[in-house]
Amino acid sequence: MAVLKINSLSHVVDAPADTKLLWVIREHLRLTGTKFGCGMGLCGACTVHLNGEAVRSCQIEIGDAEGADITTIEGLDPKGNHPVQQAWLELQVPQCGYCQSGQMMNAAAFLESNPSPSDGEILEAMQGNLCRCITYLRIKQGVKRASEIMGA
Amino acid sequence: MTKHDKNLKGITRREMLVGSAVAGTGLVVGYSLIPEGTLLGAREALGAGQWDHQLFLTMDASGIATVHITKAEIGQHIGTALAQSVAEELEIDWNDVRIDYPDSDPKWGLMITGGSWSVNWTFDRNSRIGASARIALVEAGAKMMGVPAAQCSASNSTVTDSVSGASRTYSEILSTTTIDRTFSEDEMKALTLKKFGEYKVVGKSIPALDIPDKLTGVARYGIDVFVPNMVYGRLVANPTRYGAVPLSVDDSDAKGIDGYAGVAHIKEDPTGVNTGYVVALGETYWAAEKAAAAMKVNWDNGPNAGTSSADIVQSAKDAIADDSQGFTWVLEGDPEGAMAGADETIEAEYETSLGYHGCMEPMNAVAMESGGVWHLFCGSQFQGRFTAMTAAALGVDAANVVLHQCYSGTGFGRRLEPDNVIIAAMAAQQVGRPVKLIYTREIDLGFDFHQTHTVQRVKGGVKNGKIDVMSHDVCAGWATKRMAPGFLADSVDKKGKIDQFSTNGSDHWYDIANHYVRSIENTTAMAATPPGQLRAVAPTWTWWANESFIDEVAHKIGKDPLDMRLSMLSATGKNAGTPPNTVGGANRLRNALIVAAGKAGYGVKPMPANTAMGIASVASQERGSPSWTAVVAEVHVDPSSGEPTLTKLTVAMDVGTAVNPDGVLAQIQGSALFGSSRVLHENVTMTNGTIDQLNFDTWTPMRIHQAPEVDVAIIQNGHYPAGCGEPVVTCVGPAIANAVFNASGARVRSWPITAEKIKAAQRGA
Ligand code: FES
Ligand code: FES
Repeated sequence: MAVLKINSLSHVVDAPADTKLLWVIREHLRLTGTKFGCGMGLCGACTVHLNGEAVRSCQIEIGDAEGADITTIEGLDPKGNHPVQQAWLELQVPQCGYCQSGQMMNAAAFLESNPSPSDGEILEAMQGNLCRCITYLRIKQGVKRASEIMGA
Repeated sequence: MTKHDKNLKGITRREMLVGSAVAGTGLVVGYSLIPEGTLLGAREALGAGQWDHQLFLTMDASGIATVHITKAEIGQHIGTALAQSVAEELEIDWNDVRIDYPDSDPKWGLMITGGSWSVNWTFDRNSRIGASARIALVEAGAKMMGVPAAQCSASNSTVTDSVSGASRTYSEILSTTTIDRTFSEDEMKALTLKKFGEYKVVGKSIPALDIPDKLTGVARYGIDVFVPNMVYGRLVANPTRYGAVPLSVDDSDAKGIDGYAGVAHIKEDPTGVNTGYVVALGETYWAAEKAAAAMKVNWDNGPNAGTSSADIVQSAKDAIADDSQGFTWVLEGDPEGAMAGADETIEAEYETSLGYHGCMEPMNAVAMESGGVWHLFCGSQFQGRFTAMTAAALGVDAANVVLHQCYSGTGFGRRLEPDNVIIAAMAAQQVGRPVKLIYTREIDLGFDFHQTHTVQRVKGGVKNGKIDVMSHDVCAGWATKRMAPGFLADSVDKKGKIDQFSTNGSDHWYDIANHYVRSIENTTAMAATPPGQLRAVAPTWTWWANESFIDEVAHKIGKDPLDMRLSMLSATGKNAGTPPNTVGGANRLRNALIVAAGKAGYGVKPMPANTAMGIASVASQERGSPSWTAVVAEVHVDPSSGEPTLTKLTVAMDVGTAVNPDGVLAQIQGSALFGSSRVLHENVTMTNGTIDQLNFDTWTPMRIHQAPEVDVAIIQNGHYPAGCGEPVVTCVGPAIANAVFNASGARVRSWPITAEKIKAAQRGA
């Protein structure tokens, strides 16, 4: 049994404490925007925010997430209109879309800490998020565009 | 998978029905199956249920049109492009257009997504569907207004009388009248369609209809499906890729796991997808995962337990050396005579390694039986194959298996394979509960239907400074033989069958008077690494060999590789091309080369030390449906480490007509990087029947910091739309290898192109 605060709501979850946060988010809470890609912290598809920081939910045991503020793609913005989401729409970033929740969550947390990054900083920050449609050119543009929208 | 089999068998007469069964309910458009001799109108036929084949479009009483997309949405935004071609002729306000992705009922026609065929095959058909519905609406609107249809026209969801100026909206028409219109096949063919330059919707970069749901976590992929009472399934990895049998299973250690829900022990798969499975089950995925780890299985490792990559390559080399193996795919002129009479001959051998699809969404499926019907949920590129093979595995009638299409977290041809649904369904049948099967990344990688290892030997004869003869042996695993043997093609001499989809691309567009291509099956690869289709398929390796070889010859005889290519693309004889798909022929490839070279500054732009351009061009995917493509790659090779860095790709692609230019651009950008990743960063190897790589730590596709700049020129000339998701994949590999050679003097003839291979080639050179 664990109590998790996800997207500002508290959930009591009946699952062993070593269950990875990813599976609880997806199966128990049916917040399926957070994706499974590797289960090893290597792809970033499962990225969520833990107290504002981008983390790999496939690597975090729910026992360690109790008490933290957890945000998933569904809670990134109440209207689905976060600057990153706006930029992603404007630049038509997603192809299959599967990696994109993780990309956007990673980008949003990164821009929070570095609102006007250089190209090199963007590449470094986004390196952990794989995209097999290889939309990297647009992801890079998207992060820049989101930074502009946030600054305006 | 050829274009000839799209129509259902036994059709005596096909008519396009545009009608509403009941007044005021909208309309449906689809082919009928009307038996010869009956004369039903559209309305009666619809009422009698005889519209149940290839239903394309429905409109409701409020004027909303839904285009039914039978293609898988695998990241190419295909629904948007297909709907654009319907909407163009329907003269409907784009805001009134919707798409959906229906289930696997045969009424939707053949459902397969691959080969860059989706737009190319359906553009003309979709345009005619839109036009037929518009005509029916104009006629109905004219009748409502009491004027001749000839003086009315449609635009923006409204029918207007050009004399009085009176008008009726589609919604007004559809909510009050009955549409009853039949078009014979001849009438359909005779419809006048708009031409390039007259389009209002086609050719616009309309935002993709599937993107908004992908921004908020709402889009539902196969892995996001939940059904009541389901258990999670997790495969225990077989000890070899193919051929292992689980003799017995001991689950005593799993029994104590919280949420353990049993094990499905499948000793045999009647469809031959593999030779047996152990599926650990849990009330949660986490429980299934733990149970799989606790499962003790006694395996018979099967016949491939001694096979490694080197054996597969050796088997190919032996087959190529044996003239009795394989069959002829191309025979032009007198290759043997010309080779004997050549001033100089050049020979080289090219290899490609096993390829992994690496779908971002690992394979998964939900299988559920309810009321005698099996429901399957997943993303599928080949719905009919999924339902038929699942039915065979379960021993049930295929009519009782329905596939519910979901979004796919990429496909690349992996979702042509029904292993996911077969295993989920067999497990569900065994345990009597719905099963949601999810592959781990390790299972997904180790049990992929990998792109086959290939070995190709190319020999050329030069006469008077020109390539006069080319002989090309292609040895590969034959995916078609495994997946769809009916699609094997006759060899040129009719002596045997060959896998055209392992060999095409070798039938290139260069003027080489004497040309021979032999297609050879690699039986070791077939046994140990069941080959699948991976994005861009055979042209990935055939053009790799063609375009590396042309470059090698150019350097050998002291010609500029671009000049030499241009001199061999005269667009005469068989290379002249024919409408609609290949009109212009090799001239279009010439143009693409010139555009790419010009845009890249080929031979002009100053390059830093140890950095150079390489060029290549392809007419992929098939000779009958090419997208004329050229790439200039810029590569830096570190002189001490040999490390290659791809800094820029310039792509020129003649797509005829770009239905959605931004969508085309996205596909070109993605496929350029996909091909680069394959050639520079990806490797799959086998040791003792098992794939060595496990996850994204050992199989390492391109990451964002490794992506080069990509500069794209989309060439449009109003010709028929060509596919754009695959051809560039086949062109970047040789362009990169040619650039590596120009930058370092190292000719690397196998994938991946690594620092070690570059250094080795330099030492050998
Ligand atoms: S699923 Fe968590 S990083 Fe890949
Ligand atoms: S958009 Fe498909 S994996 Fe990134």
